[in-house]
Amino acid sequence: MANLTINGELKSFDAPADMPLLWVLRDVLGMTGTKFGCGIAQCGACTVHIDGKPVRSCMLPVGAVRERAVTTIEGIGASPAGAKVQKAWLDLEVIQCGYCQSGQIMSAAALLATTPNPDDSDIDAAMAGNICRCGTYVRIRAAIKRAASQRQS
Amino acid sequence: MAVAERISGRVSRRSLLTGGFAGGFLLAFHLPVRAVNEPVQLPDNTDGKFAPNAFIRIDHSGKTILVMPQVEMGQGVYTSIPMILAEELDADFSQVMLEHAPPSDKLYANPVFGIQVTGNSNSIRSFWKPLRTAAASARVMLVQAAAQQWSVEPAGCTTANSEVIHKESGRKLSYGALVDAANTQTPPKDVPLKDPKDFVLIGKPLKRFDTPDKVNGKAVYGIDAMLPGMKFATLKACPVFGGKVGKVDDSAAKKIPGVQKVVVLDDMVAVVGDHMWAAKIGLDALVIDWEEGPNADLSLNDIWQDLRAASEKDGVVAKSRGDIAKGLLSGEKLEASYELPFLAHATMEPVNATVHLKHDSCEIWTGTQVLARVQLEAAKAAGLPVEKVIANNHLLGGGFGRKLEPDMVVAAVRIAKHVDGPVKVVWTREEDIQHDIYRPVYRDTIAATLSDAKIVGWKYRISGSSVLARWLPPAFQKGIDIDAVDSAVDIPYDIPNFHVEYVRAEPRAVPTGFWRGVGPNNNVFAVECFIDELARKAGRDPIDFRRSMLGSQPRFLAALNLAAEKSNWGQSLPARVGRGVCLQPSFGSFIATVVEAEVDEQGDVKLRRVTSAVDTGIAVNPDTIVAQLEGGLIFGLTAALYGEITIAKGRVQQSNFNDYRMLRIDQAPKIDIHIIKSAEVPGGIGETGATAGPPALRNAIYAATGVALRRLPIDRSLIAEKKS
Repeated sequence: MANLTINGELKSFDAPADMPLLWVLRDVLGMTGTKFGCGIAQCGACTVHIDGKPVRSCMLPVGAVRERAVTTIEGIGASPAGAKVQKAWLDLEVIQCGYCQSGQIMSAAALLATTPNPDDSDIDAAMAGNICRCGTYVRIRAAIKRAASQRQS
Repeated sequence: MAVAERISGRVSRRSLLTGGFAGGFLLAFHLPVRAVNEPVQLPDNTDGKFAPNAFIRIDHSGKTILVMPQVEMGQGVYTSIPMILAEELDADFSQVMLEHAPPSDKLYANPVFGIQVTGNSNSIRSFWKPLRTAAASARVMLVQAAAQQWSVEPAGCTTANSEVIHKESGRKLSYGALVDAANTQTPPKDVPLKDPKDFVLIGKPLKRFDTPDKVNGKAVYGIDAMLPGMKFATLKACPVFGGKVGKVDDSAAKKIPGVQKVVVLDDMVAVVGDHMWAAKIGLDALVIDWEEGPNADLSLNDIWQDLRAASEKDGVVAKSRGDIAKGLLSGEKLEASYELPFLAHATMEPVNATVHLKHDSCEIWTGTQVLARVQLEAAKAAGLPVEKVIANNHLLGGGFGRKLEPDMVVAAVRIAKHVDGPVKVVWTREEDIQHDIYRPVYRDTIAATLSDAKIVGWKYRISGSSVLARWLPPAFQKGIDIDAVDSAVDIPYDIPNFHVEYVRAEPRAVPTGFWRGVGPNNNVFAVECFIDELARKAGRDPIDFRRSMLGSQPRFLAALNLAAEKSNWGQSLPARVGRGVCLQPSFGSFIATVVEAEVDEQGDVKLRRVTSAVDTGIAVNPDTIVAQLEGGLIFGLTAALYGEITIAKGRVQQSNFNDYRMLRIDQAPKIDIHIIKSAEVPGGIGETGATAGPPALRNAIYAATGVALRRLPIDRSLIAEKKS
């Protein structure tokens, strides 16, 4: 059995060490909020946080996570940055199909946690790894700025 | 109640097994008044509820469930359709819950197609009248029930927030209290609809039902279906179009922990495992000899040669007015051909379907634009009667036309025949891109004559695949594909001698399907590019030139003028920066778009700004209209800049987002959408940005560089700064 701390909870499961974290989350633990998009870290749909840093879980072997804390879309609302991003996403009605948005929100929350007032180039750098096929980029940019402008709740 | 809890994925099994009933709503669309008046015996779980038609159920507590005839794939219909129903029902919007419709062509047919389908940007336009009529009829029955209890005239009663109110006495009865009495009422004839000035919901930018669960991982897409004992599978079809499986050596794959089974079918191989990872590495470990078949040497060049040859022949006349022979002899003549590539859909949610096949039944979980067709095709693949197939629809992680096809469900059923218990079949992104049903290649030739800076003759020949002929054969009549000529036969410009013809030319081996923007994608591009070339020949500004031909088209003119104003059209720009315009008649909306773009020395294009002005009639949920245009523009601009599927040795050469590129946030332009207030019936919006982006960008590049590009995607080598 392997162990991971996911969203603050210890989870035990059986999976080979080379299995990407994405499939452990989705297929072994049934946490389907993290999405499969490309499998080669090109689209960002599978983004999770490892110790607060955004990581593409489709290429991260679960054995490499070790003791580090995993945060997924199911748990990101518990962090101040995550909660602000989720609220801004709804306030500005960013989302269309929504499939990429788990990853977008994880990338945006990681950005705001380290860069509370990002400018356009910060946003470009943090978010260019996340593809949105519905083309919600204009609103993603606006929502990140809005989230940044909200006081800590 | 939290909005997040307001969409139910639960579908009544009984409703699915009864398979609809005669009469029903299909008829209703041909006879709309009678339709909603028919007291129908509803197949869904309507016991104890007021269920006057297929869309509305009210229970004794007043809870109002609205059944969604159209699927949610990001376009916002799970909010705009409830708004339309709740508006005429005078329902308390905060108490509305939604349910996915079960598969039924009879109950939930799209009025335009006659089958249950979400597409062609017509959810609002085609359901506008039927849904309003259905809801207004239900409202009248509730009023009649209350009036009877009070022994008053129905005319003395009004409704608001799910209550009937007797105006004189101020007495009130909630809809929930009226359920039983309403069920005994005779549906009204010729039910009046609200005057749009009395709308309380329609026209307001209301929050979407579906988005709260999309920020926290709770939303369930087809790919998220989880069932007890479920296995996971992924597949590989022969990489060559039409090829078959030869020999398979599965000895290494079967040694991989978690691999349960290798399923070898005639044209594909699947690996079933305890999770997708086992299935995926199991698939990679197979040694497969393919029988590549007759397309083993096919190249994209062969397909283009065929299409170019076909496009030289006369087509079937789709529209003709004036005297085209004479028209083409008067004035200065210009002719050009435009070519568009194959495109994959690349929905963010890779193609998938989950199937539980038993000896006498089959259950499907997926996200599809064609639920009843999925049920039917699954039944055929399973060898079961259609009523033995339960098809559960989910939210779609993008549709774009890919999910107008049931092929992924058929493949999953074929695999499920070899699996005990439920199996989720998920395609890898590589498989998704290499075995798509592609947007066809097109070649369009336009010849036109100019006299006194006016177009005198216009002869337009469209050549390409007819998706409609395969997808909905009865709609393909007398050699004309009404989708393939859409936005070509109805261009807004006043041209006296006008002729459009269509050549059906199917590409060898490559399956073709609908792609966001459908026929207009092709026609708006060719027409609007050519109009710019004519404007230049005539020495006119592109917007002035268009304006001069819009005398009888006030809605187009208003959109064009507003886009010109808001985009600062005519104000000077730096070198190698240009503005380009597109005006389109597509999907029942009137839209003008201006793209401002810069072309650098290497020919790389920077999107600076996009401005669209849209008259889409009554804007049901205005923020959704803005969002759909913003997203559609990005979708179209992505294709213009990068989109191309190429073929060599019978295989698609692209495989994932590294070589089938998408526009990313750092390349996205500023976008401003301006809605023109209108009292006309609603038009379509979901695909309009996709059709507007490419020609407007191409015309911006034309203005910036003087190079008239005639193919997509944009070839940077043609617009790089020439070294002298």
